[in-house]
Amino acid sequence: MLQTNLEHIESEEQLKELIENNEKVAVCCGRMGPMCIPIYDVFEIFQEKYPDIQFQDMDFDIPDASIIKGLPECRKFWGLPYTIYYRNGKVVKATSSIQSAKEVKSIINDVFA
Amino acid sequence: MIAMSKNMQKFDVIIIGAGPAGLAAAIYTARAALSTLVIDESSAGGQVKTTHQVANYPGFVEPVAGHELAGNMRKQAEKYSTKFRLAADITALYLSDQEKWVELDDEDKYTAEFVIIATGSSPRLLNIPGEQEYKGSGVSYCATCDGEFYKDKDIFVIGGGNSAMEESLLLLQFVKSITVIHQFDELQAEKITADKVTANPKVNILWSHEPRTFYKRENVMVLEAENLKTNKRIRLERDGIFIFVGLVPNSAFLKDTPIQLTKYGYVITGPRMETNIASVYAAGDIRDKKHRQITIAVGDGTVAALEVIHKV
Repeated sequence: MLQTNLEHIESEEQLKELIENNEKVAVCCGRMGPMCIPIYDVFEIFQEKYPDIQFQDMDFDIPDASIIKGLPECRKFWGLPYTIYYRNGKVVKATSSIQSAKEVKSIINDVFA
Repeated sequence: MIAMSKNMQKFDVIIIGAGPAGLAAAIYTARAALSTLVIDESSAGGQVKTTHQVANYPGFVEPVAGHELAGNMRKQAEKYSTKFRLAADITALYLSDQEKWVELDDEDKYTAEFVIIATGSSPRLLNIPGEQEYKGSGVSYCATCDGEFYKDKDIFVIGGGNSAMEESLLLLQFVKSITVIHQFDELQAEKITADKVTANPKVNILWSHEPRTFYKRENVMVLEAENLKTNKRIRLERDGIFIFVGLVPNSAFLKDTPIQLTKYGYVITGPRMETNIASVYAAGDIRDKKHRQITIAVGDGTVAALEVIHKV
């Protein structure tokens, strides 16, 4: 169970609904680990700054997280968290391991501009 | 000097850095009814938030999760009306005896009579080809997070200090073998930890070598290392690479200011955390000092804040 202030995605259906109903979605799939927490924190801060983007998280260890683990973009990922950016229902960027606030901001400005 | 614009927001104290030193300082200055702004390029908590568990912070009988300790420090500072600007990049900084101001990437500007620098330090990168490219797909910086991806695999650990050996002990629970690549002829880690690692039959050490490049061949990571004594290069293959090579001070943003730094980039302070600029203090891991611990950072932040409070 993730202890963050983000909305938690708890099922495949929930994620599908989220990306179908929102143009810009960012999902951080991880654990309460050292590489994941900074990204959850940055997402929390960016929720206010970028109200048109849905920032949510997903527990890496729940069975339904296979919807993210199984993405072709994540096939070679060997580091938590997996952070996926969706636009109009499609993956436009995926990163593995920790990213700084600056890196997340840069991705957002790039893929959601 | 650039003239202060009229729309600049004024605080009594600006604290740059939201780790334990900055948050401790904020708790003190805010409780003393000084308007306090904390700025950080990331979220609050500094390195503590990325520490799995903290077992030596007084007051916690059982180890406390780093993110929990950091979160509580932030909440405590907020409770006393500290303002935060997080995930904000400093685009301009002016520090002189008479005047101090800071501009952020969204063009907001802030000025204060007192500034406390508490930006801490960050894990050092090797900055060699392949490191960034394979981060998260062969190159890792966290055993807790990524160790299980390497179950029954052969890996490299780069580094021979405390963090490298402590993380190696954790990795040994998962991996088939570890090859430690270390630039010296002996490990710098505390003997008790180093002995546990070296006694493990799954560990071998390549002394006096430094990595020069990483690349991938099919699914394995190739590491090219240089023997520092003979300058000969060798190529080795393993399933993954974990890097733990120390820390660097987060002081790049001070390079155009008159703040005095050591040749390694740490801020030089006196015993009251004062820098060479009047009313500018430094606290925590950014300071030039021998020991770096959460408790010491908190103490530094407290001293700096009390100095400010007494001068107001």
